[in-house]
Amino acid sequence: MHSICSQATTVPISNFASGSRSPALAFSKQVNLRFCGLRKEAFGFSGLTHSCSSRVPFSSRGYSKKISASAESNGTPPKSFDYDLIIIGAGVGGHGAALHAVEKGLKTAIIEGDVVGGTCVNRGCVPSKALLAVSGKMRELQSEHHMKALGLQVSAAGYDRQGVADHANNLASKIRNNLTNSMKSLGIDILTGVGTIVGPQKVKFGKVGLPDSIVTAKDIIIATGSVPFVPKGIEVDGKTVITSDHALKLESVPDWIAIVGSGYIGLEFSDVYTALGSEVTFIEALDQLMPGFDPEIGKLAQRVLINPRKIDYHTGVFATKITPAKDGKPVTIELVDAKTKEPKDTLEVDAALIATGRSPFTNGLGLENINVVTQRGFIPVDERMRVIDANGNLIPHLYCIGDANGKMMLAHAASAQGISVVEQVTGRDHVLNHLSIPAACFTHPEISMVGLTEPQAREKAEKEGFEVSVAKTSFKANTKALAENEGEGLAKLIYRPDNGEILGVHIFGLHAADLIHEASNAIALGTRIQDIKFAVHAHPTLSEVLDELFKSAKVKAAALNHAPVSEPVAV
Amino acid sequence: MAHILQTSFLPSTSTLRRTPIPGSKAKSRSLQVKAKIREIFMPALSSTMTEGKIVSWMKSEGDKLSKGESVVVVESDKADMDVESFHEGFLAAIMVEEGGVAPVGSAIALLAETEDEIAEAKAKSQSSSGSSSARVVEEKPKQKQESEPAVSAVAPTVSSTKTVVVGSAVHPASEGGKRIVASPYAKKLAKELKVDLGTVVGTGPLGRIVAKDVEAAAAAAAGVVAAASPASPAIAAPVASGIELGTVVPFTTMQGAVSKNMVESLSVPTFRVGYTITTDALDALYKKIKSKGVTMTALLAKATALALALHPVINTCCRDGNSFTYNSSINIAVAVAIDGGLITPVLQDADKVDIYTLSRKWKELVDKARAKQLQPHEYNTGTFTLSNLGMFGVDRFDAILPPGTGAIMAVGASQPAVVASKDCRIGVKNQMQVNVTADHRVIYGADLASFLQTLAKIIEDPKDLTL
Repeated sequence: MHSICSQATTVPISNFASGSRSPALAFSKQVNLRFCGLRKEAFGFSGLTHSCSSRVPFSSRGYSKKISASAESNGTPPKSFDYDLIIIGAGVGGHGAALHAVEKGLKTAIIEGDVVGGTCVNRGCVPSKALLAVSGKMRELQSEHHMKALGLQVSAAGYDRQGVADHANNLASKIRNNLTNSMKSLGIDILTGVGTIVGPQKVKFGKVGLPDSIVTAKDIIIATGSVPFVPKGIEVDGKTVITSDHALKLESVPDWIAIVGSGYIGLEFSDVYTALGSEVTFIEALDQLMPGFDPEIGKLAQRVLINPRKIDYHTGVFATKITPAKDGKPVTIELVDAKTKEPKDTLEVDAALIATGRSPFTNGLGLENINVVTQRGFIPVDERMRVIDANGNLIPHLYCIGDANGKMMLAHAASAQGISVVEQVTGRDHVLNHLSIPAACFTHPEISMVGLTEPQAREKAEKEGFEVSVAKTSFKANTKALAENEGEGLAKLIYRPDNGEILGVHIFGLHAADLIHEASNAIALGTRIQDIKFAVHAHPTLSEVLDELFKSAKVKAAALNHAPVSEPVAV
Repeated sequence: MAHILQTSFLPSTSTLRRTPIPGSKAKSRSLQVKAKIREIFMPALSSTMTEGKIVSWMKSEGDKLSKGESVVVVESDKADMDVESFHEGFLAAIMVEEGGVAPVGSAIALLAETEDEIAEAKAKSQSSSGSSSARVVEEKPKQKQESEPAVSAVAPTVSSTKTVVVGSAVHPASEGGKRIVASPYAKKLAKELKVDLGTVVGTGPLGRIVAKDVEAAAAAAAGVVAAASPASPAIAAPVASGIELGTVVPFTTMQGAVSKNMVESLSVPTFRVGYTITTDALDALYKKIKSKGVTMTALLAKATALALALHPVINTCCRDGNSFTYNSSINIAVAVAIDGGLITPVLQDADKVDIYTLSRKWKELVDKARAKQLQPHEYNTGTFTLSNLGMFGVDRFDAILPPGTGAIMAVGASQPAVVASKDCRIGVKNQMQVNVTADHRVIYGADLASFLQTLAKIIEDPKDLTL
């Protein structure tokens, strides 16, 4: 659920709601953040292709020499190192990088100031999946109509809130232990404390009240992740006005909860809360709900996930002020029109969940010691995750992955970026194709996507002068989906009819999150539609939805004569 | 499918236009002359589609449409698809409502080029609707009724007009009724059941309108409609002077509601357990604190509430036949006869409120009931009902369980009786008989027996009642 998994030490959230920001600015940021996960990199596509075409295979050692002059002023780097690689932040990004580093024979340490596992394992994807598993089962059991259609009889389904909360918590600690053990068993040193960069290739770490230790490493990866973003004017008390951090503990199930932000964090929580009996009001700053998704998928999702449920919504409004419940008064939310800035409405609800995106967690990293200035908190990096300093120069041996660089705020993207960095520092140049990274929203049914949305593809096509086609298939025609009585759903393929290139795939339907990988792998490997359409799918499976999708695409005859599988493209 | 969709949504020149639609020939000719009111046709969304069902109209009549905007969602044999407008204009008239089915190529709506033409288009749609081959499939309302819960205990409505009290919600944010605070689901239901939220009294937290308020309002409204025409002459008839023999007098709304609830109660498997309770101590207590405005009803309600607090299962109800619903508060409903019917004002949280406050509250409720000014939450939130006929000298009777609750207690008169005590003496004691009717799906014999034992203990040693 949460885009990224990384370390987040205990820093008051209010730090991130930067006081000076106007509400408008704060929200424009929110929008941006939501797009980070799904879109941002897609927009930066052309920039990446450029870098790819001019790819020069040189080792990390080679280019570090080239730019070392600029770093000289920051002090001389040590001659011998404690470690080959130090990773600051033991979230999913740091973990992925560390495992790959060991595989490559690097002596590796990971610094964690909070708990191993970061946001994803402790306050994000993992516990939320536990809650969503419960909500999915509740939905099934409560849907009398659905049960009857299958010939099943179930007596009233109920739930025990504490039991559900425990399930989420137990899952998080189990995964956290697995993660810790996997690193320990591989001989990765887990250093406890807040990591601060004190100079080139030098990191200080330590717990409050204890003397700091300084360690050196040939290469350093920053993977400090993010924390929930709370816009100005919103007072979070952790009880009635909450962020995802609190909501995942499921300390209460309010009768009526307002969710600020209809991105995938908000959407997933609406799924959980409505399944557990709450009524939900969405507050969205943009004109339509689910702004990050392909419009057609968003429309269908709204018809299935919002309209028939106990949910209403206000779009095109900012929640400028949210006051927690106090002295018998409910939570009050002041809404202001996003365009005219006129007060529009006041809501009184039992609780409010702030799901307006996430802010990078980069405070206290010592970035000033190496002349790095963050951009809205994000650490600037190039396409190889190399950190860029205030003068626009690359800092040798310093990388930043995951939410902290804001390229694509997803756990698996952070991990992929980490692996890419390890590849580079071990002598093989590698650039990650962010357009091949899938994203998923685990509602019931699920939403998943990879690559460009239709409007993005059309915009790109207009700029670069190619044609775009769209193919669609419905879950209503899939045997397995019908057997499950879950025929609601759509798969959509956006492609180039001239050469059969897959530009984007969007799925809304049963197990969409698991189905997307056939498409994302095809994009990552550069497989074209004319080739993948001959791949065989087991019958009857949901994967036939994609099979049919590829088969229904109409690739021009000219493309079919070309070489069958093109070389894997790294973009 | 996408490109089929594009061509099938017909502009006036397309091929399907030329295929004559039965019965609409004259109309299409006139359209060609004007060419400013366009028809929106049921598109062919797949090669096998012969007819389509309108899932929902995304625009309402009078809305402006821009080119490419989605107008309607159509369900075909394969999928639900959005149909987009290929012209700018105003959606003038919807000819096939949501849920309706129309064959491919038949007109489902009219599109006017300018706002002025909307009226003209409307007239056209009316004249042609007779010949339209669309048929409406009615399936939604049926489901609604099934899911509607039993509205209230014994008497859901005081009178048809009074239940609907405009702006009396006490919600602090309602600004004296100007703003309506309703939960998302309540709003949704209100739209579906066509209930004006402005006329609904909220019983949710802080006076918020919740789903059950809307359902209650809808049920009340339905009652009004049903009773309206036949009832009016009856009301005009001189009822006060007595009953005119040989006439058939239709139920008032309240009587209708009682009748409905009574019939509904037959679907609940009930059983009865009786108990004789000595009331000497209670009578003594009553004498002592009567001057402070305490009533016997309040004392009985309080005693019952305290016993219920110790036996939560007696305070449950069975909503769906599958589960216990443990009520969070103990609300004692007390049946009161008012002319031509009965109503059950509710003493909320009777276990927590002290006896003096409870007595004052009771007086207030009775006054309101006589004036027919009880709010729905003051008569339909009971979790346990008391019915007392003792004042008539009735020594024992049997009550019918109001739907939606778990138990009702019938209280007889307290009368002096010759009693043999355990120490083999004979004496005179005041005794009353109580008889509890309960839903055996949730409340079992032993539950009721031990509840009555506790109640007897409380009444026979009533010092706790004044705490």
